Amino acid sequence: MPEKEGMSLIVKEVARLIAPPIFIFGLYLTLTGHLTPGGGFPGGVVFACGFILVVLAYGGKRAFRRLPPEGASKYDSGGALLFLVIGLIGSLVGGHFLYNFIQAALPGTVFHLLSAGTMPLINIAIGMKVAACLFMVVMALTLFRLAGEKGGES
Amino acid sequence: MLYTLVFALFLIGLYATITKRNLIKIIIGVIIMEQSVNLFLLLVGYRMGGMAPILDKETSLQEFVARAVDPLPQALVITSIVISLGTIALMVAIAIRIYEKYGTYDIAEIRRLRG
Amino acid sequence: MSWVFLLVALPLGGGFLLPLFDKRWAERWLPRGSEALTLALTLATAGLAFATIGWEGIYRMGGWSPPLGINLVVDGLSSLMLVVINSIALLVTIYSFKYMEDYTPTGKYYSLFLLMLAGMNGVILTGDMFNLFVFLEIASIASYALVGYRRGAVELEAAFKYLILGSIGSAFIIFGVGLLYAATGQLNMAQVSRNLAGQGRGVIGGITAAFFLVGFGLKAAQVPFHAWLPDAHSSAPSPISAILSGVLIKALGVYCLARVFFNVLGIDEIEGNILMWGGTLSMVVGALLAVGQEDLKRLLAYSSISQVGYIVLALGMGGIMLSRGEQALASLALVGALFHLINHAANKALLFLASGAIEEQAQTRQLGEMGGLFHRMPVTGTTTLCGVLSIAGIPPFAGFWSKLIIIVAALWGGFYAVATLLIATSVLTLAYYMRVEREAFFGAVPERLQKVKEAPAAMAWAMGLLAAGAVGLGVLYLPGLREMVLQPAMNVLLEGLRYAQMVLGG
Repeated sequence: MPEKEGMSLIVKEVARLIAPPIFIFGLYLTLTGHLTPGGGFPGGVVFACGFILVVLAYGGKRAFRRLPPEGASKYDSGGALLFLVIGLIGSLVGGHFLYNFIQAALPGTVFHLLSAGTMPLINIAIGMKVAACLFMVVMALTLFRLAGEKGGES
Repeated sequence: MLYTLVFALFLIGLYATITKRNLIKIIIGVIIMEQSVNLFLLLVGYRMGGMAPILDKETSLQEFVARAVDPLPQALVITSIVISLGTIALMVAIAIRIYEKYGTYDIAEIRRLRG
Repeated sequence: MSWVFLLVALPLGGGFLLPLFDKRWAERWLPRGSEALTLALTLATAGLAFATIGWEGIYRMGGWSPPLGINLVVDGLSSLMLVVINSIALLVTIYSFKYMEDYTPTGKYYSLFLLMLAGMNGVILTGDMFNLFVFLEIASIASYALVGYRRGAVELEAAFKYLILGSIGSAFIIFGVGLLYAATGQLNMAQVSRNLAGQGRGVIGGITAAFFLVGFGLKAAQVPFHAWLPDAHSSAPSPISAILSGVLIKALGVYCLARVFFNVLGIDEIEGNILMWGGTLSMVVGALLAVGQEDLKRLLAYSSISQVGYIVLALGMGGIMLSRGEQALASLALVGALFHLINHAANKALLFLASGAIEEQAQTRQLGEMGGLFHRMPVTGTTTLCGVLSIAGIPPFAGFWSKLIIIVAALWGGFYAVATLLIATSVLTLAYYMRVEREAFFGAVPERLQKVKEAPAAMAWAMGLLAAGAVGLGVLYLPGLREMVLQPAMNVLLEGLRYAQMVLGG
């Protein structure tokens, strides 16, 4: 399906208009996950859907020049490593893996954006991982390039 | 009552996985099983007339504790959805590969491994 | 002990670090970087695993206390399993250096391998029912991908079969976890165990037990659910077969059965009987099916079903004795189970590695095409002989002692039928392994095998160390060493409710 030109003009135009809000919504879900429904996983899924929409509408060749699927693997691993690093810092500072070291030093208030210590950082890590991983899975399946066999990550 | 329905769904999935001969139908059977488990987890935490377990400025803490549904199963469900996503992606990938090798999705024709 | 989490975190981090290596960059600056990293990490985890011996306690993730947060638990049973898993993983890593050279994307292989190791360590350490399921799935998904790693038609088919049956098992397990949560409102194993002890098992407890029996039975490949194992274990690359047969089915199947039934649900006589007779059935059926196999790796895989049957049988027997209040007899049966678990891990890993060496050097897996390999591959021949004699239960070797303990426990407990079958299966095991020795290692060397050489040094070293284990692990039952390793692990199973006490205090 993603051969030369992608889909029709209407689809391309709508995708062009809709994709930026989708990305912003994904970011919003990821960043406010500690206050409202959302968090790294839904945010990452929405973000990946934005990528997939662009690829579907514009066709593989043109879209992959901007976002190569091989690069997604780096973000995938990077997200997971970021998560681990946050956990390790917690264990160095507070003596426990994933210890909320920011929260302990700077207690925030409920309903404020910068309140939950390490939680937003962890959400960003998970969001990165989920977005890259989901994008890779879908692309691997559609392109029959089955390099990305990815496990689930809580 | 609802629990029996969920269990019936689980059994339907199991039946499809065991008896169907098409790879894709087997995968669908597994998906049905996993989703029935997710439904079951949600039912465990559900409370009649409950509210979403989100604390906002209008609800007091007492009202929240009295009315909100149990959020823990929902966290479990999202985790198990992620896991089944991974498994199913792998399943579909392998099924596509098998199709490339054998040219069929019918397991009766694929059986190269026996006994 | 604030570093226990490293047992999970190190391999997990390594698994995600490896894909970050850029290919061109890595080839110039870090040739064999992924191997070096994997070796360093498995060395570290093996060292940490040995350091947990004799220690007992919990580690609170994020500083949350037990019933609320997820905690990691170290006790006798988990340190025994950790030592087995991590030392075999280390040897398999050394072996893989040479073996995996023929396969191009080795980075991906080591990445999946480390993820599987992280999952197994997590399963052993976690004290939370749902977390157990998550780690179980991480280990399983990595192993599904590794089984299909060669991407041939047969490998893919085996991987698909394994994947489907494994997913059914996981669905049963998580259904059981959900039922436990519905019954007790808790997911922490210790708290669940305490609540169940307080309020009684009830109907839901019984249904949960049935779900766990099916789920973990599928993961442990016990007989009604064994169909995937021979295909999966014989199709995987040999080092992975060694991990799957030697460790994975025990960590995901046997360990979870033991932990859930002895420490969380509290085993009763019916479940003990189901486990014992299921184990007996697997033991006999596995051995009977192994007799007729022509493919060396399939034979070893069927033998795994049979040997894991021994372990499950002894666990079930211990459960029956416990529920009858015969503490001394139960302790004998449980020690037998754990001892056989260690021995079988070493022996089966050794035999699969040896079969990989033969496959690599002689280019065949069919017994009929081999012959006289003892002259051509002396190290492989000697180590295989050690493994075969141990697994078949010939007196000075380790496997004999664990089988003897199980048989003695069955006789003293009055299970004469089981004891007879145990002895008969031992004879059968000896018979089919002697056939392996005769057809593969003795006799004349066929024409096409004249040029076969010994396996490379790294592979030989890994096999030699495991062979030393097959010969020497019997000493674990000697007084002195027994108190260090086997006794604490057995006590965990024997005094099921002490687990909750240790985790929650009071």
